[in-house]
Amino acid sequence: MSLITTIYTVLFYFATAILIVGVARKIYIFASAPAPLKIPTTPAPTTRSGVVYRLLREVILFESLFKSNKWIWLFGWTFHMAMWAVLARHLRYFMEPVAGLITLIQPIGIYAGFGMLIGLIGLFGRRIFVERIRYISAPSDYLMLLLIIGIAVTGLLMKFVEHTDIVAVKAYTLGLVYFDIQPMPEDPILMVHLASVALLMIIFPISKLLHAPGVFFSPTRNQVDNPREQRHLSPWAAQLESKN
Amino acid sequence: MAKAEFETPELKEFPEIPAIQVGSMAHSKPFIAKAEFQEDLGFPGELPDDWKDKVIAKMGELLKKYRSLQVYLDSCVKCGACTDKCHYFLGTGDPKNMPVARQDLLRAVYRRYFTFAGKYFPKLVGAVDLTKEVLDDWYSYFHQCSQCRRCSVFCPYGIDTAEVSMAAREILDSIGMGQKYCNEIIGKVYKIGNNLGLPGPALIDTMEGLEEEVKDDTGIDVKYPVDVVGADVLLVTPSADFFAEPHVDGLIGYGKVFHQAGISWTVSSHASEAANFGMFIGSYDNMRKVAMRIREAAIELKVKRIVIGECGHAWRVAYSFLNTLAGPFDFLDPKYPVPQHIVEVTHDLIQRGALNFDKSANDHLRITFHDSCNVARASRMGNMPGGQFKLPREVIKAVANNFFDMAPETIHESTFCCGGGGGLLTDDLMELRVKGAMPRMQALKQVVDDHDVNHLVAICAICKSQFSKTLPYYNFPMHMIGSLHALVSNAIQLGTKE
Repeated sequence: MSLITTIYTVLFYFATAILIVGVARKIYIFASAPAPLKIPTTPAPTTRSGVVYRLLREVILFESLFKSNKWIWLFGWTFHMAMWAVLARHLRYFMEPVAGLITLIQPIGIYAGFGMLIGLIGLFGRRIFVERIRYISAPSDYLMLLLIIGIAVTGLLMKFVEHTDIVAVKAYTLGLVYFDIQPMPEDPILMVHLASVALLMIIFPISKLLHAPGVFFSPTRNQVDNPREQRHLSPWAAQLESKN
Repeated sequence: MAKAEFETPELKEFPEIPAIQVGSMAHSKPFIAKAEFQEDLGFPGELPDDWKDKVIAKMGELLKKYRSLQVYLDSCVKCGACTDKCHYFLGTGDPKNMPVARQDLLRAVYRRYFTFAGKYFPKLVGAVDLTKEVLDDWYSYFHQCSQCRRCSVFCPYGIDTAEVSMAAREILDSIGMGQKYCNEIIGKVYKIGNNLGLPGPALIDTMEGLEEEVKDDTGIDVKYPVDVVGADVLLVTPSADFFAEPHVDGLIGYGKVFHQAGISWTVSSHASEAANFGMFIGSYDNMRKVAMRIREAAIELKVKRIVIGECGHAWRVAYSFLNTLAGPFDFLDPKYPVPQHIVEVTHDLIQRGALNFDKSANDHLRITFHDSCNVARASRMGNMPGGQFKLPREVIKAVANNFFDMAPETIHESTFCCGGGGGLLTDDLMELRVKGAMPRMQALKQVVDDHDVNHLVAICAICKSQFSKTLPYYNFPMHMIGSLHALVSNAIQLGTKE
């Protein structure tokens, strides 16, 4: 096994472990912190199924963001939805034979890469040109966008400009899945692409990318508006009651 | 009125997002609570030597106690959606009044001491060391948030700056940096029973005065009872209702509604205050202690129902938190929700045809309605989401002929705070209050210009007090602001139904 293949293989297993353990740990922290008070932002659904519907609108349509700012919504929503299509398309590199559904979205997935890029560039532009957003941006906010732009650009380059040996790539990725390591094509664009993806996976659990699990744990969005009908009491608040 | 040394913002023809003016409100901070008032609430009197350790320890404790805080400090992506949503930012241009920047004051320290990225790459992720300057910034800017939750409507993750502000104030209290206005008032509630420090005998006196006034006005004996054991309804209302204009006209209205519907009611001298300032300072313990008075009064007076008067944050604590803090209320009549808002009571009576009105009594008024922030975004009325917008408007339309809503992006869930909520209704923050009122004044000006509106109705003691003070700064008459139940009071035909 070549040095490059070894490095990337170790990197990918490491990144996967960090991503899974890190996000699981954070979800555990979110889930185990109690929400002692009913704080849904109202008007809020009065039933559990209403809350599920609200959260679905939030994560699929970005409803609140749409209310807030049409430009951020346009760029943000385009980027995220395109990203899901691209991610789904990439599943083909981890299965053989390729599932029917994944084959079906292949054409969308290919062009969605441009959607990702347009969304990201729009968000990056706003971060630079809108004074208020520039004020709240830390270096990591720009770098995060650049990292994902890098992933999108290298991906598009391999698809549309400088083809990589995709059969060999798939052999390598399938090898990762089945712990049967195959040589990785030593194509510089591919190397940048994969290293960036691994880096993104590693920083996911220690960065603002935690908004992904976070939105599901947000009490203003996931609580049912029924405080008069049903008494809501967290464990630590219940302890206060037994004290008197 | 002594005009303060600041410029009242100009009302533009169309709302504008201001250019940022760094540090323009850095000087704004409320008086710090004296040691004795801090200690009444179980907080230290002054900044201890080891305050840094205490701040970090307290932050760690709160992160474990409040999921909201943990999730909100981790989840912000700095997308900027909230940056033009805060009335204090719109009125001052100070970038630290953008909700995300306000949260970042706390988040930067959270990152530095609680996250991997902040511990090892602070510059990269905007993490900062906890210093006295940071602490002073907290004190200043977490007292420029009225906990109105407008930002939380527009955040894609529902991040609620109110939660962050409450946590920050709780941390500040824990190191002796409490705010004078809030903490003195909570002390008064414990000692005397209400925010204004109005003792029992004075309360009885006031209520008797109201009975005479209504008798003179209408010839009808409407009762304004205090501490009547066995009444059906315990009315808990903001203490401003007991004597100050325009609040008291609302209280007169509640009494007339109860009288006409034949509902026996009473206020309690023990719980003669609906407001719960424990929420403003983020202190669950104090909020619970203040809320327990209502339970105690309900038990002592053997009432069947609890009704809350016109008060915004009070209604939030009552509607959303009372059952949690002081429940269960299984000893009350299960036919009624606990608690009920006075608007729900009046609305229900109107629906059932129990009240008669002469709407022309309000014909001199051209009315608009200000949705109070905490009623709009932190509570509900009736059995439908959004009832908090529908019910008050239906009551107004039942008692008056001329009603005009303000621009849609400034009402309902998008309503602007009056500028004085969340424990900021104090003269030492007058500049902030005037500037924070700007977006509401802007929307008001539009309906004044377009529809000759001359009356602004609110259902919150803070809104009413705040507008009484700030309307004149924007060249509106002070008496433009009124209680919703003052309209009911004007129009109700006493003695026409049995």
